Amino acid sequence: MIDLFTIVMTAAGLIFFAAGTLGLIRFPDTHSRLHALTKADNLGLGLIALGLAVQVPGPADLFKLILIWALAILAAGATAQLVARIAAPAGLGDDEKAQDGGSDGQERRRP
Amino acid sequence: MVLSASLLYGLCGAALIGLGLYGFVVHRRLIRRVLAFNVIGSGIFLLFGAAAYRDPVAGSDPVPQAMIITGIVVALSATALALALIVAHARLARSDALPEDDRSGDPDEGRP
Amino acid sequence: MIASIFDLTLCLVILAAAGAATLGRDAFMAVVFYIVYGILIAMAWLRLGAIDVALAEAAIGAGLTGVLLLAALARVARKAGKEPASAASVPATTIATALAALVITIGIAYAFLTLPEPQGLQGHVAENLAASGAENPVTAVLLNFRGWDTLLESIVLLAALLGIWTLAQDEAWGGRAGLRHVTRPGSVLAQFGRILPPIGLLVGVYLVWAGSKQPGGAFQGGTVLAAVWIVTIMAGLMQAPRVADRALRAALVIGPVIFLALAVAGIFAGAFLVLPPAHAGWLILAVEAVLTLSIAATLAMLVFGPPEPEEKR
Repeated sequence: MIDLFTIVMTAAGLIFFAAGTLGLIRFPDTHSRLHALTKADNLGLGLIALGLAVQVPGPADLFKLILIWALAILAAGATAQLVARIAAPAGLGDDEKAQDGGSDGQERRRP
Repeated sequence: MVLSASLLYGLCGAALIGLGLYGFVVHRRLIRRVLAFNVIGSGIFLLFGAAAYRDPVAGSDPVPQAMIITGIVVALSATALALALIVAHARLARSDALPEDDRSGDPDEGRP
Repeated sequence: MIASIFDLTLCLVILAAAGAATLGRDAFMAVVFYIVYGILIAMAWLRLGAIDVALAEAAIGAGLTGVLLLAALARVARKAGKEPASAASVPATTIATALAALVITIGIAYAFLTLPEPQGLQGHVAENLAASGAENPVTAVLLNFRGWDTLLESIVLLAALLGIWTLAQDEAWGGRAGLRHVTRPGSVLAQFGRILPPIGLLVGVYLVWAGSKQPGGAFQGGTVLAAVWIVTIMAGLMQAPRVADRALRAALVIGPVIFLALAVAGIFAGAFLVLPPAHAGWLILAVEAVLTLSIAATLAMLVFGPPEPEEKR
């Protein structure tokens, strides 16, 4: 029963990951690509973490799993924000663009 | 013959070494050469690790693992120094390639 | 263990990522693919049962090397006006290189296939593990059985940093290390830089502490701590330290110095680098603690680069 739950949850998570990746490849511009990637992948990650959470042997491992999930979500959100700001078209959050690039402005090289 | 995991990863390591060597020779930009050099390095590590894993019944061998970790750190040190040299070279020569490569190169090829 | 479909897929994806990183035209994309490649290699290490190596590869091989490459790309783009050609324009050279690389690959693959039967050292390590002071065999090898390697490795790190610092321009010497960053106070990156450090510090220290029993250790933990420092500076919450700072210099050398002192003290217990089994446990932990500090400081300073002259942008 627990195994079935894990299988269903991770499979659903993988479907969301696949959808997000499809969006990354197929969508035309940076913002819609980010939209597909962040929404679908965060949901996919959450589902996989939930599916695995019922399998862990003890509370310490559960805590580590939750920590990994939280850090991944946090990092993904911050990175997506940075990428979006660099790619922002003129007039949309443009005033922050100059100050808020990545380290040494390397993100600005993104096509 | 059954394909064992160690054989598969060993062959993968060999292919990575070849791929890295090709990139190391073909590229003119020094940063790309450093990157290719790192691919060669990790290919060698993978080959080494796979060779140590051929007898998994005995448990994974910690000595090669420790040597690979040491190797990864030394590779990082060498990479950092090489990249700093490249930046200094770019500052003085206004170029990201060695002089002998820079003359014959077509500046428009390989641009993003 | 027989290779599964997962192993086969992983190897193919690794080769594809390595191909994109070495053969791709755009340098920025090549670096991004290299980071992906590093993460995939870390998964290969997991499949080979080498969890310590997987941690080191993900943190150092993929993460830090990727950051170094990205920073170097940005700096070179600022300084070198034009980009040279990315590939040799002479087809004959390209073909000859490809052929040579293929021959070498086949030669190495053949050598791998004809290797003699493995005679691993795991038996010897397991026999002596009780006397080493660590329960994780990899940590036992790193800090006791092959302590030489680790001692010299920590000095190699320091030597690389010295090499980088010698590349500083004269007028910049003594100033703040290269990485400078300005962020709007309330921005996402600044917030991220506030949330991450407490968690990162905990994870870094935990990795060192756990290293004596489970996978982890000074290098993995030190890398996490260095990453925390780098993120804090990138988020504009702190400034990079001055290279002439005494506290910084002390942090850089304390690990190798204590390790070396312990190694010399080992002469009284028998020979250079010998740890008396009765005290090996806490000695290893103490060495790991100071090494972690030095490794974290050195790795972060490697990423920051040499001091640069004050703004002339």
